[in-house]
Amino acid sequence: MKRSAKMQSGFLALGAVLAASALSAHASGITPREMADALHSVMAADRAVYTRLIVNRLQNEEKIIKASEHWKDDKALVLPAQMFRFGAEEVAKSKPNFSYSLLSLWPVNKQNAAKTPVEKEGLDFVAKNPGKNFYKEETLGKKTYFTAVYADTAIAPACVTCHNNHKDTPRTDFKIGDVMGGVVLRIPINR
Amino acid sequence: MAKKSRRILWIYWGVLSVAMAAYLTVGLLDKNAADSPLFATARAMLLPGQTTHGHYQIELKCESCHGASFGGPEAIQEACVKCHGAELKDADDKHPASKFDDPRNAGRLEKIDAKMCITCHVEHKPGITQAMAVTKPVDVCFHCHAGEEEMPPDHKDLAFDGCTAAGCHNYHDNRALYEDFLLKHNNEAKVLQKALLPQRELGAMVKEMASYPAARYPLKPLSTAEQDAPAGKHGSAALQTDWLGTAHAQAGVNCSGCHVSSAGDNAGKWTERPSGTETCKGCHVEETKGFHAGKHGMRLAQDLSPMTPGMARQPMKADAAHKQLGCTSCHGAHRFDSATAAVESCMNCHNDKHTLAYKQSPHYALWQKEIAGQAPPGSGVSCASCHMPRVRMRTEDGVRMVVQHNQNDTLRPNEKMIRATCMSCHGLGFAIDALAEPGLIADNFKGMPSRHVPSIDMAVAKDAEKQRQRASRNP
Repeated sequence: MKRSAKMQSGFLALGAVLAASALSAHASGITPREMADALHSVMAADRAVYTRLIVNRLQNEEKIIKASEHWKDDKALVLPAQMFRFGAEEVAKSKPNFSYSLLSLWPVNKQNAAKTPVEKEGLDFVAKNPGKNFYKEETLGKKTYFTAVYADTAIAPACVTCHNNHKDTPRTDFKIGDVMGGVVLRIPINR
Repeated sequence: MAKKSRRILWIYWGVLSVAMAAYLTVGLLDKNAADSPLFATARAMLLPGQTTHGHYQIELKCESCHGASFGGPEAIQEACVKCHGAELKDADDKHPASKFDDPRNAGRLEKIDAKMCITCHVEHKPGITQAMAVTKPVDVCFHCHAGEEEMPPDHKDLAFDGCTAAGCHNYHDNRALYEDFLLKHNNEAKVLQKALLPQRELGAMVKEMASYPAARYPLKPLSTAEQDAPAGKHGSAALQTDWLGTAHAQAGVNCSGCHVSSAGDNAGKWTERPSGTETCKGCHVEETKGFHAGKHGMRLAQDLSPMTPGMARQPMKADAAHKQLGCTSCHGAHRFDSATAAVESCMNCHNDKHTLAYKQSPHYALWQKEIAGQAPPGSGVSCASCHMPRVRMRTEDGVRMVVQHNQNDTLRPNEKMIRATCMSCHGLGFAIDALAEPGLIADNFKGMPSRHVPSIDMAVAKDAEKQRQRASRNP
C-alpha cells in the first residue's frame, strides 16, 4: 500500500511538472518541438529508472518478484510499458495541453500498434535512424497536432527477455540497444 | 343564454389549465416533490418515458441524474460517474472515458462518443432498451473493432452482433473473461476440491485497521451483567439473549455502541431508536456505502424515503409490500443474525422464480448442512453468498474482507459474479456455462448447464496455434 501510494504520488508530481511546463510553454515562447523534447527527457529518464532499478533489478537480477501484465492477479510488478501508460493516464486527468503514448511496430499489446500514418512513419524513421527523432504535424479529429516520435530502446536484459519470450510478441530477436518502439508525443497547435 | 354558459365553460377551462400548469410547475421545481404524496404524481406525469431497471427507484428525483438545474449532458455524465465511477474503476473498465481523450482515438470518437455514458445508455427509452440498459444496437462493437488487425481469425465466422454474448466479452468488465485468465483456469473441475467461500476476518481486520476503536470496543465478549444501558433500558430477556448471541456482544460492542451517539447534538445521550443506516455507518462504512449503491439503498442515497418491496418491479411478496428497507429490515435490531440476513430476509420479500427455486437447489442443501454444523463454515451457499458476497475490498483502512452490500455488484452482466463468488467453489468453464443459461438461473442452478460456451476452448486453440507458429519460427 505504502509503496503504491509513493509511486502514485511520484507520478502525480511528474504529472504536475509536465502539466506546468505545458501550460507555460506558449507564454514563454518555447516552440512545440522544444517543449516536446523537454517532456520526453523527463519521461525517458523515469522510464529508464523504473526499468533498471525496479524491474530489471528485482525480477532479473535478484529474482525477488516478477513483473506481469496481469500484475493485480499475479501480485507482481507493473511492466515498464504499463508504468509508462499509467503515468500517461494519470497526467491526462489534469487535462494538460499534450498527450503521449508508447507504441511499436512490433507491439506485444495490439493496442500499442501504430495507428495513424504519422505514427507509422515516425516509428519506422526512428527504428531506421538511430539517435534521431521524428517531428511532423498531423490532423486528428479536426485538431492539428505537433507530433514528435522518440526511439525507445532496449536498455536492460528485462526488456529483451520479456519481449522476445512473450507469447504475443511478433518479434523474437531483440538485443540490448535495439529500437523496440517509440514514444509518440502530441501537442495541439493552432492553424 | 348559450353565450353565457359558453363563457362559464371557458372560465372553467382557463382556471383548470392554470391550475394544472401550476401543479406541474410546482411538481417540477419542488425539490421534495419526489417524496410528496401530492406532487409525486406531477413528477410522474412529466417523465418522458419509463426508466430502466437500474433507475426506476429514483426516477421521480429528476435532480439525481439531471442535476439541480437540468444542466444537460455534462451534468448527466457527472451524475453517472458519481454513482458508477468507483465500480467501473474497480472493474478495470476496458473503455474508460479517459481512453478517448487520447487524440489517437479521435477516429473512433467520430464513430461513437464513448466519453459519454448516455451514448450507449439513454434513459426513458423503453422501446430501444436492451439488456444492461444498453440503447445502442447490439452490433455497436463491430464499428470500431471489425478491422483485420483486431478481429482474430477464429472470430471470422461469428455473428457480427454477438461480441457481448454470455461468456464472451463485456464492454466494461472483463476480469473473468480475458484471454490469459481463461488459459490459466482451463480444465478446472466443475466443483473444486476445496470448495469454500471466504469467511469473516474480524481478528485480522482489527489488527490492520488503524481506525478500529479498540479502546471503546476491546475485542472481548460481553455478558448480560456488563450491559451499559441506563436503568430501565435493558430490554426484555429475549432482547438481551438476542444481543448476547451477536457478533456485537462477542466483539465488545455494548448497548451504548448503537444507542448513544458519540457526536452531534445528541452526543452522549441515550437514543431509544437509533436512526437506521446513519448509526450503523459509524462503524460499518463500507457496508453502508455498498447498501446505498445498490437497489435496496439507492433511494436513501438520494435522500428519498426508504425503498419498499411495494415499489419494486420484480415480483415481491404482497405482505412485505410496505416494509421499509434499511440495515435492520434485513439484519433485525439486536439479533443481527447474518445467517437470517443471508437467506430468510431475502425470501421474506422476493417472490420471483429464482428465489422460490432456491430451497430445492443444491446450494441450499449445502447451506442447511453448514447451518446445522454438519459441514465447515463457507461450504454452504446462501442468497448473500452470490448477491452480497464477502470480498476483499480496498478501504480507507487498507484492503480487508467486507460484505459487498451492493446486491448489483455481481450482476448485469452476471459474469461479474464469477470471480467474486462462483470460482470459490467452481471451475471457470463450468461457471461461464452455468451463468450463460437463463433457464438454469431461473431454476436456481438445480441441474447442469445444457450448452457449452467455447471461450476457454478458443483461447486454448489460439494459444496452441501461437506456440506452433513460434516453434516453426525458432526450430
